[in-house]
Amino acid sequence: MSSGMLLVWPIALPMVTAVLTLVLRRSPTGNSVSLVGAVALLAAGVALLRHVLEFGPISAQMGSWAAPFGITLFADILSAAMVVIAGIVAVAVVIYSRQDVTEDERGVGFHALSHSLLVGVCGAFLTGDVFNLYVWFEVMLIASFGLLVIGGRRDQMDAAVKYVGLNLIATLAFLTGVGILYGAAGTLNMADLHLTLADRQNETAVLAAAAMLLFAFGAKAAMFPVFAWLPASYHTPAFATSALFAALLTKVGVYALLRVFTIVFDGSGGFLQPILLIGAVLTMVVGVLGAAAQNDVRRILSFHIISQIGYMVLGLALFTPLAIIGAIFYLFHHIIVKANLFFVAGVIRWKAGSEELDKIGGLLKASPLLAVLFLIPALSLAGVPPLSGFWAKFIIVQASLEARDWWVALAALAVGLITLFSMTKIWLAAFWKEHPDAEPAGMPVAPRSMIWPIATLAVMTVIIGIGAGPLYATAEEAAVTLLDPLAYVEVVLGSEAVAEARAAEQKDLQIAEVAQ
Amino acid sequence: MELVLAGLVGFLVAGGAYLMMSGQLIRFLFGLVLLSNAANLAIFAAGRLTYATPPFVLSGQAAPAAGVANALPQALILTAIVIGFGLLAFALALAFRAWQALGTTEMDAMRACEPVNLTVGKKDEIGLDGPQAYARKEREAAE
Repeated sequence: MSSGMLLVWPIALPMVTAVLTLVLRRSPTGNSVSLVGAVALLAAGVALLRHVLEFGPISAQMGSWAAPFGITLFADILSAAMVVIAGIVAVAVVIYSRQDVTEDERGVGFHALSHSLLVGVCGAFLTGDVFNLYVWFEVMLIASFGLLVIGGRRDQMDAAVKYVGLNLIATLAFLTGVGILYGAAGTLNMADLHLTLADRQNETAVLAAAAMLLFAFGAKAAMFPVFAWLPASYHTPAFATSALFAALLTKVGVYALLRVFTIVFDGSGGFLQPILLIGAVLTMVVGVLGAAAQNDVRRILSFHIISQIGYMVLGLALFTPLAIIGAIFYLFHHIIVKANLFFVAGVIRWKAGSEELDKIGGLLKASPLLAVLFLIPALSLAGVPPLSGFWAKFIIVQASLEARDWWVALAALAVGLITLFSMTKIWLAAFWKEHPDAEPAGMPVAPRSMIWPIATLAVMTVIIGIGAGPLYATAEEAAVTLLDPLAYVEVVLGSEAVAEARAAEQKDLQIAEVAQ
Repeated sequence: MELVLAGLVGFLVAGGAYLMMSGQLIRFLFGLVLLSNAANLAIFAAGRLTYATPPFVLSGQAAPAAGVANALPQALILTAIVIGFGLLAFALALAFRAWQALGTTEMDAMRACEPVNLTVGKKDEIGLDGPQAYARKEREAAE
């Protein structure tokens, strides 16, 4: 099998699964097909990651149109690892949905829409072309619209209106940014853009395109101040859907920021860095304070997505090698932990009958196992050692200390503390205090299809925490293509183009020396 | 010609922004339509406008003559139009369902997904369809 096909499978498999599950949406076999599709996606991701780890980044030109004219697919360790994690989440969500998603909801196409969403997510991770990235974003977006309204309750309609409206604005900004970028550079292939724009970063048109794309990706990633769509909508759909959204949607925005603002635009450049830095810190602080004001499990968790996004963008904003590694490590850890917390919220609802903190309780007595399974991701989110979140925060804080941004480091630590406060709030209300009405013994038993995904992801959180070394090493290798864009260009356009670019760089340096 | 298009894009964005901020769901969607057209025209203008030179490679030549129209922005716009059409169709259907479910298209009154305590104390200032009216309707329905 050629290495090019490795890049196609993670997009093609969920596409096929989406079609099959659409046809089989009313039949019980649809569930099994969906699970097989998710496992196949995970396997395709693992195969891709193994290949990339062994042979280095790969690229393929779709339809054999040579780059930069055709559509380029590209995978380095970062994108391959993201596909693997998307596969893990997909398997967990499909298993979890067995009990969580009702038969009616499956009948209107829950599985088909979930896999369509995965098509968009994996496409966005693997593309090497800015317009193609836009198309994958749209695929992801329209699938998420559908998932959000499945069930058709009143609050879902209201949430969907806000989600759709605000996301469409971001989409249009993305499209306009792409248009301006094309006008300025005459190409939309990321590798080609890097070469074309290398010494034109301060042109007005390039800056305008950068600003538009920063707005668009910022909105997709739920950065301050364009995050309002997220807490308005994530608490309304089925828990499996919430977990899928929480794990993947905003992270695609962060991934796009990491990719585009290292390769196409110079994220460390004079105008972008302060915006990213201040935006990241405000995202952390506003998100965590918003969470502190909420009294509903999923709303608290939604606001925490925002604050955690701040840490990842902070890694990009600091733009030191350690900070980029930290952002990547954070990305890996956060997807697992956040999906798991939304799964736990579903079990809390299942057993205690509500998500509102005032109306639940007694879960510690009812299910000590669930209490442990909540504590692992919750403490990891807050950054308690030795869980995965501790290392993620540790790297980011270390990077900000090395960059001598004391106030940034202080903010990052303080936000971690307030996160712990929010998690304690859920712990006290849901697990510690008595349930206002129900007896712990009389609570319904949570189905195994809900507990197993939670337990598996919790074990992964612990493993990442205890054995952080290998994952850190992977993140370190994954950062290489982000820190040295010419390595990316070489894979897509060949070594000749890079040799030319390096020669031109040398010449510029010599001219600068002579001028001095 | 670029100048005319640039002016038109600016006009469409201004109109779209005005409509979107008017607080009515349907006007918000019309605003989105104007914005998406503005985005498409911006791409069109960014691809350099040329007059009446179709991008064909004449027989016996390896490349098109200099100064032909750029076909790529048009391909991009076509893709964007198709996507925009799908999204808008969904948004209109959603707006209709939201109106059915909520009984209003007044953005300030659309509060079903927000926590109850945020809307307490804001008497019926948003009109008949305000959150208080909803709470009342819901209570009545429950009884």
